[in-house]
Parts: sequence; C-alpha cells; structure tokens
Amino acid sequence: MRHACLAIFLSLFTTMLAALEIEDHRFFPGTGERVLKVISTADLEVFAPYLAAFQSSQPGLSIDYTVVSSAELYRAIRNGAAFDLALSSAMDLQFQLANDGFAKSHRSEATTALPDWARWRDLIFAFTAEPAVVVLSTQRFQGLYLPTTRQELVTLLREYPERFEGSVGTYDVRDSGLGYLFATQEARSTDAYWRLSEVMGRLNPQLYCCSGQMIDDVAEGRLALAYNVLGSYAAERLARDSGGRVQILGMQDFTNVILRTAIIPEGAQETAGAGALIDMLARLGQRDVPGDWPLPPLGQTGADNVVDFGPIRLGPALMVYLDPLNRRAFLTEWENALEQR
Amino acid sequence: MTGTGSIGRRLTLLLAGVAAMLSVLSWWMVTGLARQAAERTQDNVLAASVTTIAETLRSEQGEVRLELPYSAFSMLGAISEDRVFYRVATGDTILTGYEDLPVPNEIVSSLGRVVFDTGEYSGEEVRMATVSRLVLAGAQPVPVNVTVAQTRGGVASISAELSQLAAFLSVAFFLVAVSLSAFAARTSLKPLNEIAAAVSRRGPSDLRPLRRAAPTELAPLLTSLNRLMDRLGQSIRSAEDFIAEAAHRIRTPLATVRAQAEIALRSASDDDQKQRLRQMIRAIDESSRSAGQLLDHATVIYRTDDLVRTPVMLSDLVSQTVSGLEPTASMKDIRLDVEALRAKAEVDPVLIENALRNVLDNAIKYSPPETVVKVAMAETNGEVRIAVTDQGPGLGEGPADQLTQRFQRGRNTQGIVGSGLGLTIAKDVLVAHGGRLELETLQGGTGTCATLVLPSS
Repeated sequence: MRHACLAIFLSLFTTMLAALEIEDHRFFPGTGERVLKVISTADLEVFAPYLAAFQSSQPGLSIDYTVVSSAELYRAIRNGAAFDLALSSAMDLQFQLANDGFAKSHRSEATTALPDWARWRDLIFAFTAEPAVVVLSTQRFQGLYLPTTRQELVTLLREYPERFEGSVGTYDVRDSGLGYLFATQEARSTDAYWRLSEVMGRLNPQLYCCSGQMIDDVAEGRLALAYNVLGSYAAERLARDSGGRVQILGMQDFTNVILRTAIIPEGAQETAGAGALIDMLARLGQRDVPGDWPLPPLGQTGADNVVDFGPIRLGPALMVYLDPLNRRAFLTEWENALEQR
Repeated sequence: MTGTGSIGRRLTLLLAGVAAMLSVLSWWMVTGLARQAAERTQDNVLAASVTTIAETLRSEQGEVRLELPYSAFSMLGAISEDRVFYRVATGDTILTGYEDLPVPNEIVSSLGRVVFDTGEYSGEEVRMATVSRLVLAGAQPVPVNVTVAQTRGGVASISAELSQLAAFLSVAFFLVAVSLSAFAARTSLKPLNEIAAAVSRRGPSDLRPLRRAAPTELAPLLTSLNRLMDRLGQSIRSAEDFIAEAAHRIRTPLATVRAQAEIALRSASDDDQKQRLRQMIRAIDESSRSAGQLLDHATVIYRTDDLVRTPVMLSDLVSQTVSGLEPTASMKDIRLDVEALRAKAEVDPVLIENALRNVLDNAIKYSPPETVVKVAMAETNGEVRIAVTDQGPGLGEGPADQLTQRFQRGRNTQGIVGSGLGLTIAKDVLVAHGGRLELETLQGGTGTCATLVLPSS
C-alpha cells in the first residue's frame, strides 16, 4: 500500500532527495524528558507564540519544531518520518495523508466542539481559516485605482503593461503545494483565473516558492503586486514593519479560504502531547475575538475587506487535483498560460 | 379451594410474550432494512462516481487519457466522512490511482455495467464499484477498468443510529402492548367477575336463577349454576314440606290424645293419678305447640320464597290477631291493651299475622298472671312500628340476637313450654318484608319490648 501510493506521487516529487529539506528548526527545551516533535509549514516567527503558550501550560514537555515546505512535509510523513504532529496549510496533502491511513485518530472535548467542516473522521483538524489575498506595493500603485475583482485586475494589467512588466509575482505551482491548491481551487471556481493567468503570463511574471519572499519583494518595491498570497502572513508582516509600503487587497468576486490543519502521524510516539497541542489550537481556532495571535481563528477570514465564501471543503474531492494525471494536465495548461516567453 | 394461578395474569403474560417477540422481530427487521438502505445509497453514489470518471475516458494520440472530475469525489464526500480509494487500469497497467486496490474478476465480462464488491483495503472494509469501458488506443479498443472504493463507516453509523431508534420504538411498542394486554385481560374477565359479584351479593336464602346476559363462553357455567341452585331450592323445599307434613300428622292424633287425657283427668279421683295426668296434658300441649310452630315455620319459609304483597290496613290486622289471642290471655288473667293506628303497608297478611301472633304468644307465655301486655303502634320515617311490651322477666343475659335463631331459647325460660321457633318465625317474616325485629329488656328488668318494624307504603 505504501509503496503503491508512493508510486503515484513519484512523478510529483522526482526531484526530491531522500533527506529532509529543512527550512528552519528550533528546539524549545522543557523541564522534563518528553519531547514533542512537530513538523510544520508555519514559519517560526508566526508560530513561536503558540509554542510558548503551549509550553507554559505543559512545562515538562520539550518541543522540537521543524519548518519544511508542504510537499516536503507530505513526503516525510508518507515515508514514516518520526514526528508527533504535522501542521500544514496544504489541506489537500494533509487530507490525502489522513485518507490513506497515515494519521492517528484523536478525540477530545476541544475537537468535538469544532464545526463539522473543520474536522474529518477525528483524523484531521483545522485550527485557522486563512484567505488568499493580493498584496500590492503602495509606492508602485501610486496614481492607480485599486482593483476589487479579478476582471478589474485584468483590465488594470492590460492598461499599464509597462508598469507591471516583470513586477507581478505569484506562486510557482510546480514547487509550492499551497500555490497549487490555490490555483486549482480558483480555476475550478472562476473562469477569470485563466484570463488573469494569460495576462500575467504576458508580463513576465516572477514565480515564488513561498508567501514570505513575495511579501518581502513587494515591501522592497521589487514587485508591484503579488497574487494569491496567504493573507495571514501578509497581515502579520503589515502589523510588524511595512511602514505603509504594503497593502492587502481581498478580491470581491471570489476568495479562496484555506484551513490550516493538524494531523497526528501514524508513527507518532508522543501522542498525548500532540493531542494536547491540537486541543489548544482547536480551542484557539474557535475563539471569538482575534486577540494577539498571529493566525486568524476559524470564524473569520482575517482580512476585513474579503468577502467570505467559506473555506475549501475538507473531503475526498481535494484528492482530485493531486491525481498525477490531473496534475500533469493542470500544470501543462498553467505553463502554457504563464510561461509565454 | 385450590388456586391454579390467575387467568388474568396468565393472559397478560402470554400477550406480553407475544408483544416482546414482535418487538424484537420488528427491531431486527428495521435494523436490517436500514442497513440495506444505507448500503444501497452508498452503492448508488459509488456507481455515479465511477460512471462520471469513466465518462472522461478518451483516447489522445493513441493513448488512453482521463481526467478525474471534481464532482466524482465531492459527491462521495457529501454523504459521509469515509475514506476514498480509486484505481484506473487497462489490464494490469495502472493509469492512475492506488495500484494494489483489489478488483473483482468478473468485470471484464460486463462491459458498461457497474459491478459492486466488498473487500478489505488499508485495514478497513471497503465497498467497491467498478465499471469497464472500451477505449480506442491505437488500432484496437482496450478495456479500461475504473474502480472507486469507499470505507463503510457512514453506512455503519447510519444503520447504528436507525437501529438504536428502532430499538427505542420497539421498547415503547412493547410497553404499550403490555399495558393494552393487561387492559384486554381485565376487560375479558369482567363478565366473570360480575357474575361472581352478583352471586355473592345475594341473601343466604335467595336461590332464584341468575338472569343476566353473559358471553357465550360463560353461558354453560351460568346454566350449571342455575341448575344447581334450582336443585338446592327443591331439596330445601322438600325438607320443609316433609317437616310440615310430619308436624301436621303429629298434631291431629295429639289432639285426640289430649281430649282423652282430659276426660280421664275429670273422671279420676286419685290425687296421684290426677297429678300424672296433668303432667301428661302438659307434655302433650308442648308437643302440639312445637308441631304448630314447625308448621308455621314451614309456611313462613314457603311464603317468603314467593312473597305476595297486598295493601293491608295494619290496624285491622293487629286488632284481629289480638282478639284471636284473648282466650289464651284470659286463662292467665292477662289484659291485652291495644293502641291501634291507621297505617297501611304492602305485606303478606297471613305472614304478618303469623309473626305478630308468635310475638304476642311469647309475651303472654312469659308474663306472670294478672299483668298487662301492651300493643302500641307508631309510624315514623316511613316505618310502621308495632311494639309489644310485657311485664315478664325480660330477655335474661346474653345477646338478644341469639333468641331469633332457630331452637334458641332464653336462659330464664325453665318451666315454660316453648319450642324456640317463635321469634325466628317473626324475624324471618319481617326480614322478608324488608323490615326487622327489635328486642330489648325494659329498664329495671321488669318486662320485654319486642318491636315489629315494617316499611310503610
């Protein structure tokens, strides 16, 4: 079974090496012997407050926190890497892991209190709902009207090709699991996606692996706008240091909202600690006031001007675009649209 | 009487047992049907999903191509939170999906038809739907098998939920059925209880047949009961007849013997002989009286069985009876003092006369010579009271009620002729008329008051 599933995804990750490509890592020592090994796609600066809060309630538990890309996380868990908890924003990959039997079930008061759409079979639990937004540079947009729909954005890009030449950024969906999820869901939901991709493709777009870098480049003025950025990161950056250089724009016609989810991998050792952290995250996900936390709760999408279409559904439909044949077809179309030169 | 358990309880238990069996049966059936319905729903959705996928199969440049439609999986996600697996293959070559998903063997022979199978995959029971389609790949068509599998957690939880509901309903049904059974048992036994109550309500001498509607099943019992009572009545009557006949037959020769004895007494000269003859006459009187009273008693019993009431002026009846007894009273120099009142009652005059005569006879018998026996009438509260008061020794010690029983005599009656039937006759007559006999000793123990109480008309 494992090697069969692996075969399916071999085409996805042929370039990957057997070793884990770690982006960041930190060890939070506790007073006791037990260690909770967490693998996550959330940057340390975003997630450190959660870990601190958790450790203050469980001081005996050390936390080993590893940051990887969503695809890397998926591969690691599939290969049986020794982690106790996997947190990822790529809900399709997380769902596939749960569906294929790589997740352990967990049930507690906190998880049963989650709304139905925020959990699946007591295997996978959502704790944030985060929208995809457009981030734009205040400086580069001087004198331009701010688009509120994809159609307006298409018109704007067509009107000022010289301004946007080489200055439009978006995910490279071939590398980024989250970018792929955003792109496929958007292509399914609105026909404006392919029109926009065509227009962006003519402007020599910059392709990125991660939201953070895109936001950095917008802040530096290297990009005029970044399309489909994770709203929570943008908001966090905005709160931190942009000094008005960055603006967040939610699309009024349609907005993707993803759920950041947690699973306990099948081979987890410290399941009690993992369950406790899930319970804390699930309770935070159900909070009514945004509070001081970097990531938004499930109840609101985090950006005020975003129309709430509800998050992407956790269900087997998520596996459709992960199918190698579908993926190959989608990537071909995407490449045709975005790489015109 | 030996008890063999209650019919009502047995009936209730039997019906409750049947209800319990039906409850369990209906629960079992509903559970089975619920499971079947849930399974069929899953099969339908799986069939729709697998067909949707198969419809996207096409040939491009000699290669089989397909595109998993979003709806194919979203419809599976919509009905339950079950794990989904799929596999698309031509022969042994996997196009996409889970390579080791088991596939039923018969699919090749059934092109275009959805085939279902149940198996195990990834540690869980799965339901699989497979459809086979021919797709042109290069020069010749090749069969392509599309399989979609789903775990059965949703089916299990739906059928468990419905089974629980069915169990709850079955228990409720059982409880209702038990209480209805108890009610039904009680209702069907009601006529029996009614007959029993009617029999036990009857007076001790009421041997009339039971005339009441009864269910067919109870008719034989009722008939036998009536026949029994009839036989009992007949045998009592023949006994009474026998007594009356016997008394009658004794009385007549006794009268002859007495007359002869008196003649002998008159002609006797020897004091000793006279004394013996007087004792003889005395004994004859006693026997004759007893025989008379036995006859009276038989008459009373016979007449009270079929009481014939006629409106009677009681004052006339009292006067007649009193004057009939004047000779007996005057023999002892006893004066009979009558205060008659014009009161009417619906009675059998023969019986009432008999009762009054017995009471008066008693009063005269127990009174010392040269005294007065008073007969006073009064009417109060719809009752006519005829009080007979004497100046005799009273009733003596012991309960007055005992004196009205057959052959019971007071303790202070030594030396006086009596059979112990007089008051019994009076009481039976009055009770048959719906009245009663009241007996009391007057204050100071100087006399008795016997009151005949009758309902007036």
